[in-house]
Amino acid sequence: MKGTYLALFMIDPPSKQNRIVITVLVILFAIYNVIIYTQDSASSAPIMTPSAMAGEKLWQNNNCTSCHQLYGLGGYLGPDLTNVISNPNKGPGYVAAFVNSGVKSMPKFEFTANETDQIVQFLTHVDQTGFYPNKGATFSNDGWVDIEYK
Amino acid sequence: MNKNFSLLFLLGGLFMLIIGAFAGVMISMVYLLPDFFKDYLPFNQLRPIHTTSIICWIVLTASGGVYYYLSKVEKLKLYAPKLGVLHLVIYFLVAFGIIASYLTNQMGGREYMVFFPLLMVPILLGWVLFGINYFRTLWGNVKNWPVYFWMWGIGIVFMIFHLSEANFWVFDYFRSDYIRDLTVQWKSYGAFVGSWNMLVYGTVIYVMSKIKDDVNLARGKTTFFFFFLGLTNLMFGWAHHTYIVPTMPWVRYVAYGISMTEWIIFIRIIYGWSKSLTKKDKRENSMAYRFIMASDIWVFLNLVMALFMSIPVLNYFSHGTHITVAHSMGTTIGINTCILFASVSFIISKLTPLEKIKKAKKFPFYFFNASLLVFWVALIAMGVHKAIWVNTNPDGLNADLHASSGIYYLIFIIAGVALFLGICMIAIPMIRTLIPACTYTLYPKAIQEEIDHLEEVHSED
Repeated sequence: MKGTYLALFMIDPPSKQNRIVITVLVILFAIYNVIIYTQDSASSAPIMTPSAMAGEKLWQNNNCTSCHQLYGLGGYLGPDLTNVISNPNKGPGYVAAFVNSGVKSMPKFEFTANETDQIVQFLTHVDQTGFYPNKGATFSNDGWVDIEYK
Repeated sequence: MNKNFSLLFLLGGLFMLIIGAFAGVMISMVYLLPDFFKDYLPFNQLRPIHTTSIICWIVLTASGGVYYYLSKVEKLKLYAPKLGVLHLVIYFLVAFGIIASYLTNQMGGREYMVFFPLLMVPILLGWVLFGINYFRTLWGNVKNWPVYFWMWGIGIVFMIFHLSEANFWVFDYFRSDYIRDLTVQWKSYGAFVGSWNMLVYGTVIYVMSKIKDDVNLARGKTTFFFFFLGLTNLMFGWAHHTYIVPTMPWVRYVAYGISMTEWIIFIRIIYGWSKSLTKKDKRENSMAYRFIMASDIWVFLNLVMALFMSIPVLNYFSHGTHITVAHSMGTTIGINTCILFASVSFIISKLTPLEKIKKAKKFPFYFFNASLLVFWVALIAMGVHKAIWVNTNPDGLNADLHASSGIYYLIFIIAGVALFLGICMIAIPMIRTLIPACTYTLYPKAIQEEIDHLEEVHSED
C-alpha cells in the first residue's frame, strides 16, 4: 500500500489526515467548478435570443420536460425534440401546429400565436447547439465515443 | 414536540413514500392509456408529484434518522431542538406549497425541481438550519469522528451547495447559453443525488455499526477510503448524465475515469459486516438486517448497471431510454428505500418491547423485493427495446414505438401496482407504530414515560 494514492490517507492520526484529504478535494472541486462555469461551450450556437428565452420559460412553466426530452434528458412519454426543427419531416410548422393539439396524453394547451412562436424559437436554438441522437458519433475500442459537434 | 420531532420527520417521509408510489402507479397507466386521468391531472402535473414525493421520502427520513441518532442513541445534547422543529415546520409548509404549485400549474419546470422556483428559498433555509444544528451539536463534543458523522456533514453541506447550483439558471449568464445551462443543471443533479446518498449511506453504516455494536467498523481505513471515493464521485463523476451533450471532451474524460471507480468498496464493507454478525445480532434486529442485506443485493445489481452505463459506447445506446429509469428506480427504491426502511426498523426496534421485535412478518419484505425485481427487469426490457427501435427506425414515429412496447408496459404496470402494495404493507405498520410515539403530547404522560423507558432499556442493551 505504501506509495499509493490509498496510502495518502492511511497515516495516523486519521482525523487530521481526513481533514487534509477533504481540504485538498474541496480546493480541486472549487477550481473545477470555476472552469465548468466559465469555459466556452463546445457548441458553435449563438447565445439565446430574448424570444428564445421566453420560449424556454414557457417550456419550463408547462413542465414540457416531464414528457419530452432534449438531448435524451427528460420524460420518455413524448418524443425527443432536440432536432425537431431541422427534421425535414417535421420542422417549425409541425411544432406550431402540434403544441395546441392536445392529442393523446398531451395536455390541451392554449398558447397564443406569439407564445407558439417563442416556443419554436427556443427549439430552434436548441437544434443549433448539436445533434441527438448523435448519428455521426464514432466509437473507439476503449469504449470512448467521439460525438459530432455542430 | 421538541422531544420527538425526529420521529415526525420519519412519519412525514413514510407518508410521502406512499403518496409518491401511488402517483407512480398513476403515471405508469398513461403509457397504456394515454387519456388516463388527463382531464383532472395531466401527466406534466402528475409526474412531478411522483418524483418530488420520492425525493421528500429520502430526504425527510434520512434527516429524521440523523436527528434521532444524535439525540436518542448517541445521547448528545442537540444544539437547538427548536431549530429542528422549525426545520420540520418549514418542510411541511413547503410540501403544501409544492402541491399547490403543481395543482395550479405554476411550475419552474426543471427536471426534479419542477415546483415554483421561489420555494427553493425555504428549502435551502431548512438545510441551513439542519446544518447549524448538526455541526454545533457535534463540534467539540465528539473527537475522531467515525465515517458516518463525516458523511452526514458532507451530505448537508453539499446539498446546500448543489441545490443552490441547480438554480443558477435564473441568471442570464447561465440561461442564455443552453449547453452551459444544461451542463450545470445535470452537474448539480448528479451531485444532489450524491449528497443524499452521503446521508443515506452514512445511515446504513451507522445502523450496521450499532447492530454489531462496533464503532470501529466506521473508523476503519477501508471505510474512509470508500467515503473519499464516494466524495470524489460526487464532485467529479456526474458527467455520465451528459456524455451525449456537446460539452467539452475533457469533462467527459474525467467523468469516465472516475465513474469506473465507483461503489466497489461499499459492497466490500457490507459483505464483510454481514459475515461477521452473530446470529443474536441478526435475530434481534431482524427487519433492519433483512433490509440492509436486500440493499446489498440491489447495490450489486445497480453497480453492474452503473458501470456499464458509465462506459460511453454503452451509454450512447442506453441514454434516453428506460434503462436510465431502471437505474434510478433500482437505486432510489432498491438501495435508498431498503436502507431507509432498515433505519426506520432500527428506530422502531428502539421503541418496541423486545418480545415483539421478533414477530416482524417476512411476506411484505419478499413481496416488495420480488415486485421490485420484476419492475426493474421490465424497465430494462423497455429500454433495450427502445434502444434497438430508435437505432433501426431513425425516422419512426414515437406513437409506433409506444405501440410496439405494449407487453413491456403491461408487465411494468402490473409490477408497479404490486410494488405499491408491497410498499404499503411495509410502510403502513411503521406509520401505525410511529404515530403514538410522535403525538405523545396528545396522549397521557404515561405513554411518553413508557417510550422513554423503552429507549432507556434499549440503550442499556
